[in-house]
Amino acid sequence: MLKQITVISGKGGTGKTTLTAAFASLATNALIADCDVDAADLHLILHPKSTSKLDFYGMEVASININKCSACGICRERCRFGAISKDLFIDEHACEGCGVCALICPEDAIIMKEHKAGEIYRSITRFGPLAHARLGIGEEAGGKLVSMVRKNASEMAAMYEINLIVIDGPPGTGCSVIASISGVDLVFIVTEPSVSGIHDLERVLEITTHFEIRTVVCINKYNVNEEKTSLIEEYCKSKGVEVVGKLPLSEIPTKAMLESKTVIEYDDGVFSGTIRDMWHKIITCDTSKKSDTNF
Amino acid sequence: MRIAIASGKGGTGKTTVSLNLALSLEDAQLLDCDVEEPNCNLFLNHELEKVRDVGIQVPAISNDKCNLCKKCVDICRFNAFVKLPKSIMLFPKLCHGCGACSLVCPQGAIYEEIRKIGIIERSSSQTCGTELYQGLLNIGEPMASPIIRALKEHIDDTRTVIIDSPPGTACPVISAITGVDCCVLVTEPTPFGLHDLSLAVELVKEMKIPHGVIINRHDIGNDSVERYCLENNIPVLMKIPYEIKIAELYSEGIPFVLKMPHWKERFVDMFRQLQVLGGC
Repeated sequence: MLKQITVISGKGGTGKTTLTAAFASLATNALIADCDVDAADLHLILHPKSTSKLDFYGMEVASININKCSACGICRERCRFGAISKDLFIDEHACEGCGVCALICPEDAIIMKEHKAGEIYRSITRFGPLAHARLGIGEEAGGKLVSMVRKNASEMAAMYEINLIVIDGPPGTGCSVIASISGVDLVFIVTEPSVSGIHDLERVLEITTHFEIRTVVCINKYNVNEEKTSLIEEYCKSKGVEVVGKLPLSEIPTKAMLESKTVIEYDDGVFSGTIRDMWHKIITCDTSKKSDTNF
Repeated sequence: MRIAIASGKGGTGKTTVSLNLALSLEDAQLLDCDVEEPNCNLFLNHELEKVRDVGIQVPAISNDKCNLCKKCVDICRFNAFVKLPKSIMLFPKLCHGCGACSLVCPQGAIYEEIRKIGIIERSSSQTCGTELYQGLLNIGEPMASPIIRALKEHIDDTRTVIIDSPPGTACPVISAITGVDCCVLVTEPTPFGLHDLSLAVELVKEMKIPHGVIINRHDIGNDSVERYCLENNIPVLMKIPYEIKIAELYSEGIPFVLKMPHWKERFVDMFRQLQVLGGC
C-alpha cells in the first residue's frame, strides 16, 4: 500500500529541505515530491533531470477590451479584491479570477483569459524519481499547484512501483500547507528550540490534530537552548506526540549544501547517524490508526 | 515611510530584522503581516488588545427559496458549491467571497454572511516606542491575504511603518509589500538563500519596489550572494555575522539590539540608507 510522509515546520528555515534530502538518500524505494512550490530548493541538492514538463494554469484572470469599454466603472465597484484600478486597469496579481467583472459588465467588454502560473515537472535524480514544480513569481493558487504535484507524484509512484512518497512541505499554516498534508499517513515536523519555533510548532500541531494525521517531531539545533528543548519535549509528551530525534547545531548541513550533497552523502558521523535512526523510526512506525496518537 | 522586510526563503531572519530595526528607531509602527505564524510579539511581549475580527463575505442559501437551478454551482470558479439531490451545499473554506453566486441567483435565495477567518490585534499600551499591529489567521483557514489587507488599513503614515512580511513570493507576500516605499530582502549566504533571494528580487523588480539586501549569518556559507548583489547592482545594506550570542538571544525571544546596543546605530544607519533608497 502507498504510504505518504510530509515534512513541515510551521516556521521557515528549521531544516525541512535538508532533512527531506537526507531521507531521499536513505530511502531504498521512495519518490520525493517537492511541495514547497513557492520556494522550491530541493532541486539544488538533488539535481533532477526532467523527463516531462507540463504548464500549470492557475485561475483565469480578467482582461478588459478597451475598444468595448465605456468606462462606467461598475466592474471596479463590484470587484471585492481591489484588482481594478481607477483608470480601469486590471492588476493581475490582485485578480482572484472570480469572474464577477465579466459577469456584470454591461458592455461585455471583459473576458476571462487563461493564465500560466507555473510549471510542473517529472524528473529523475540519483535517488530515484522526483515530482516538483515552479510557481511563477507572485502567483496565487499555491494550494492547487501543491495538489497537482501530489497527483503527479502518486501517478509516478504507480508507474515506478514505488510504495513510499516523501513530501517536502511549505512553511506556514495556510492553503499550501493544508494541501500538502491532507490525506498523508504521517507528518514529520521539524522545529527548533526558540520562542518562534515553539509557537509555530503549536500552530502546526493544531492543524495536524484538526486533520487527524499521525505526527512526529524532530528538534533541530536542540543545543542552542536546552531549556526550550525540554519545554518542547514536555509539550509534545502532553500532546501524545513522539519526539523522534534531536539534532545539534552543526556546520554539516551548510557544508553539505555548498557541495550540493545531502547530509548523508557528506557526513558519515554521529549527525548522520541520528538522521538514520529517525528515518528508521518513521518508516517502521505504525500509521494505521491515524486518530490514535499514542505509540 | 513604509518599509517591508521580506525574503524568498523562510527562517532567514525577517522577524529579527523587523524587530531590531523597529526598536532602533524612536516611534516605529510594526505590522506583523506573517499572519500564518505571527512571531513579533513573542519578542516584544506587549499586552495586546483585539482591534477587530476579520471576515469574508460568504453566501448562505435560503432552502425555501432555492429551486435547485444550479446557476450558483456553475458560476462559482472556486468550486465551492456542490449540488445534492435536495439542496445545494457550500464548502465555506473554498469560497473566496466574490459574490458571483448571489449575482446570478434568479430566486434571490442567496444572502451573504460574514465568516470570521482571523483577527487583528494591537499593543494596548506602549511600553516602548514601537507600536505593534498583528494579524492572526485562524487555524485551518487557507486564505491569508484578506487579513493582511485588513491589517494594512491600520497603517499610520505619520510614523515609520515596518512591515514584517510572510516568506515566499506568492499572493500573501504581494498583499504585504504592495504600496511600500522600499523593501529589505533578508537572506543567508547559501545555495538555498541565493536561489530564494533571486526569486524575491524578481518579484520586487516586477513590482518596481526599490530594494536592498541584508545578509544574515554572513560568515557561514560562501560569497555567492554578495557576488550576485554586486552583479545585479543591489545594495548590501547590512551583514549580520553568525554569533552564538545572537542565536541564544533569539531563542529566548530577546531582540539582540536590547543586549548589544552598538547594533542600534547600525540599524539607524541602515534606516538612513533606506530613506535614500525609497526617496523619502
